[in-house]
Amino acid sequence: MTADGSLAKAYLSTIQPLIIGFIICGIIGVGFGVWMGLSYAVEWFSLPIFLILQAAPMAAVVPLVTYIYGIGLTSKVLAVVVLAAPVIVMNSYKGIRNTNPSLIQMCRAFLGTRTQVVAKIILPHAAAMMFTGLRLGLAMGFIGVVIAELLITPTGIGDLITYHSSVADFPEMFAAVASIILIAAVTIHALGRLERRLFPPEMRGS
Amino acid sequence: MSVDPIVELKGIGKTYETGVEALREVSFGFPVGKLSTLLGPSGCGKTTLLKIIGGLIPPTTGEVWVKGKRVDGPGVERAFVFQDFALLPWATVLRNVAFGLELRGVPKEQRLEIARKFIGEVGLTAFESSYPHQLSGGMRQRVGLARALTVDADIILMDEPFSSVDEQTRRKFQEDLIDLLQHRQKTVIFVTHSIEEATYLSDLIVLLSARPGTVSQIIQPNVDRGSKSADEIRRDKNYLDAVDKIWQVLKKYLG
Repeated sequence: MTADGSLAKAYLSTIQPLIIGFIICGIIGVGFGVWMGLSYAVEWFSLPIFLILQAAPMAAVVPLVTYIYGIGLTSKVLAVVVLAAPVIVMNSYKGIRNTNPSLIQMCRAFLGTRTQVVAKIILPHAAAMMFTGLRLGLAMGFIGVVIAELLITPTGIGDLITYHSSVADFPEMFAAVASIILIAAVTIHALGRLERRLFPPEMRGS
Repeated sequence: MSVDPIVELKGIGKTYETGVEALREVSFGFPVGKLSTLLGPSGCGKTTLLKIIGGLIPPTTGEVWVKGKRVDGPGVERAFVFQDFALLPWATVLRNVAFGLELRGVPKEQRLEIARKFIGEVGLTAFESSYPHQLSGGMRQRVGLARALTVDADIILMDEPFSSVDEQTRRKFQEDLIDLLQHRQKTVIFVTHSIEEATYLSDLIVLLSARPGTVSQIIQPNVDRGSKSADEIRRDKNYLDAVDKIWQVLKKYLG
């Protein structure tokens, strides 16, 4: 597979919905989590939804997504989004909500405005948890994209797995499975290391 | 106290949403340029009272007047030193000290210069680029004190600043605090639960009763700080008398 270039080609097509879905989650998910953390009205409305989404086996929704959006790229991107979004939103929200109240009080005592409290205390404080959310979200995204490729239309790495399995070429199939596991594990681990470098535990707020 | 008080409390009461009444009818005027201490049994609402003066908590009843004006929020004339230091864990000592000025929009060069001056005064010059987690409790509180000094407020509110600092560091810190304040015309309102600390530092001690806290007695230790060394003060007759007198009052609220 590696020699004939089919593996590289497969990853090119697998990675596309993953990246698009992850970027959407990164912007909208983090943004919404922040909004939820800052506004009690938004929290009241959406927290129960996200608590359910986080606990629900979102993979079950993928066939529904296919039913609505067909078998194209949109469905695959959405499969990534539905799996990755809940953890990203929830982590951003918790990061905001867990801000040390004493720091907020300090900022107010030194005449910080609400905007300054958010920009200089709450957001830097939440940054580490947001990053954790993105890392966990990406892990879910990998699951999402593989499920999409297995369930929706066989493309990319999902296609390699399905195809080699159907022709009983098990060594090739296992190689495909192992490669996606390896790539996901290495990526997530690298992000974990980056996270510890960017946000050392002792410099996070408590 | 014939001079006008710089901070005046008029019938301050505070009842929390839980129904707990923390303070009742506290009225008192804090004299300008003095170090006044709020002292009382634990749970008497001294920290709550200080935060009300700081404008961080609204009182349920009553008014706070600062320099002849009624206030209902924090203001430039008051700076706060927190019990838990409240330092930004992701910022260096320098940025933490300059943070009050940063919030006021003072240009970077200028605020860092002011911050460096006060970091020097509290003896932390070597730690300018350290992060809070690399410092001891006593050093962290020096950062908190330096931050309060940079904004040049007339009134400094200190909420049990030494409570998370060990005994030896605390003594040294108390002496340094007196030195730092001696040549500045600052009014300090200080909360503590330590009778010795209150007597050693204060010109005036406001004793609060048990919850709901109200002014129980005013004590002036009359310790001659000018001519005596720290160790002489701790053996001074007035100092020891005041400690005893406070203890006699506070004892009633215990047990």
